[in-house]
Amino acid sequence: MFGYTFYWSLVWDAIPELLAGAWLTVQLAALSMLLGTVFGLPLAVARRQGEGRAYRLATAWVELARNTPTLFQIYMMYFGLGALGIQISSYWAVLIALTFNNTGYLAEIFRGGLAGIARQQLAAARSLGLNQRQGYLHVVFPQLLRIVFPGYVTQAVWAMLNTSLGMLVGLQELSGAAQSAQSVSFRSFEFFLITALIYYVIAKLIEFGARAVFWRWLRT
Amino acid sequence: MIDIRGVRKHFGNIEILKGIDLDVNKGELLCLLGASGSGKSTLLQCINGLEPIQGGSIKVDGIEVHAASTDLNMLRQRLGIVFQQFNAFPHLKAWENVALAPRLVQGKSRREAHEIALHHLAHVGLAEKADLLPSRLSGGQQQRLAIARALAMKPTYMLFDEVTSALDPELVGEVLDTMRLLRQEGMTMVVVTHDITFARNSSDRVAFLHQGTVAEIGTVSQVLGQPRSEHTQKFLRREHC
Repeated sequence: MFGYTFYWSLVWDAIPELLAGAWLTVQLAALSMLLGTVFGLPLAVARRQGEGRAYRLATAWVELARNTPTLFQIYMMYFGLGALGIQISSYWAVLIALTFNNTGYLAEIFRGGLAGIARQQLAAARSLGLNQRQGYLHVVFPQLLRIVFPGYVTQAVWAMLNTSLGMLVGLQELSGAAQSAQSVSFRSFEFFLITALIYYVIAKLIEFGARAVFWRWLRT
Repeated sequence: MIDIRGVRKHFGNIEILKGIDLDVNKGELLCLLGASGSGKSTLLQCINGLEPIQGGSIKVDGIEVHAASTDLNMLRQRLGIVFQQFNAFPHLKAWENVALAPRLVQGKSRREAHEIALHHLAHVGLAEKADLLPSRLSGGQQQRLAIARALAMKPTYMLFDEVTSALDPELVGEVLDTMRLLRQEGMTMVVVTHDITFARNSSDRVAFLHQGTVAEIGTVSQVLGQPRSEHTQKFLRREHC
């Protein structure tokens, strides 16, 4: 009724490129979440101390990561470092920037969760002879992941969607691949519809996958 | 032997312990009595180094607990402690709760640690609960789990911090029975409690703490039978009415 005729065949032809882009998207999301978790946990512990050098470093990280645009963080890694003579690929720029971003958000999610775990849990672990690191790794963090799980999954979906910014530094992740494909055919509407659908499916897979993981391993 | 000399402890400006002198002899059960805030629980936490002290000394088998050179993680294997809040690790099954420290601290294999765990769970009467998560256990069972978890490190001393205070009355008995069992087996125990009956029937000696000092220490018949300190007398009168 708007006089637009859909041509889908061009989209089907580009499906391999789109799926390759989707794979890159999933990869970046997974890696940046994994690294964000590894950095975010100690950052959250440092934030809870409320003083000292580790606290100030953690606070600066969290403030910068959460209060500047993600796109800007990616630009800093790609163009900013480039201006300083440090050339890194768009893949690494996006991975580092998203890790930086995720770490900031996850640290705050974890910090909230830590407040929900009795201090005595760590004391009980230490009283058995576990050192500080063992106490956190085996007693506090496993409980923490259960408490913050819903927020954690939201962040994972958000991280996945954020990878689309990679397009702006020339990365051929899902959005980049779609952008390239539509630029030769000009069937933008079809390409963007299908691309949005793929993002939606990935987001749902993260959600259901997370639910399965929780049900299988994290119930108490 | 635990040798406590002139121990001082304060949180900010509030002085909790004002020079505590106390011995705990091998094989005895020493009860620490006293009103809330008298410093009993804090003293226990100082004995195994969970809380730092600001003065005096605590020696366990001749080792200075609060010396910088002391490996507290090693020392704590000699000192089991059970808390008022059971502090079961909620994400681990009962046997995993008990097996955690033997695996991580003593380097036991998973199978060895599993055997150790089952042995100690049976000891406190929880053999059938080994595969349950703590949330499926009653308060009394969780507290016995905490005792089994501490025993798994083969401690020389067991410290009990008001372990029945958070329990429903009908669950207190099973925990006290477990403690009596340990006593019969010759475990050295320091028990912080409000339970005068337990102190009277089960301890070798009783110490009465008042506002951060030891007001009185002696045998059960001395301290509970003919208390000399007016603080002890007052406390006993109040607890009995």
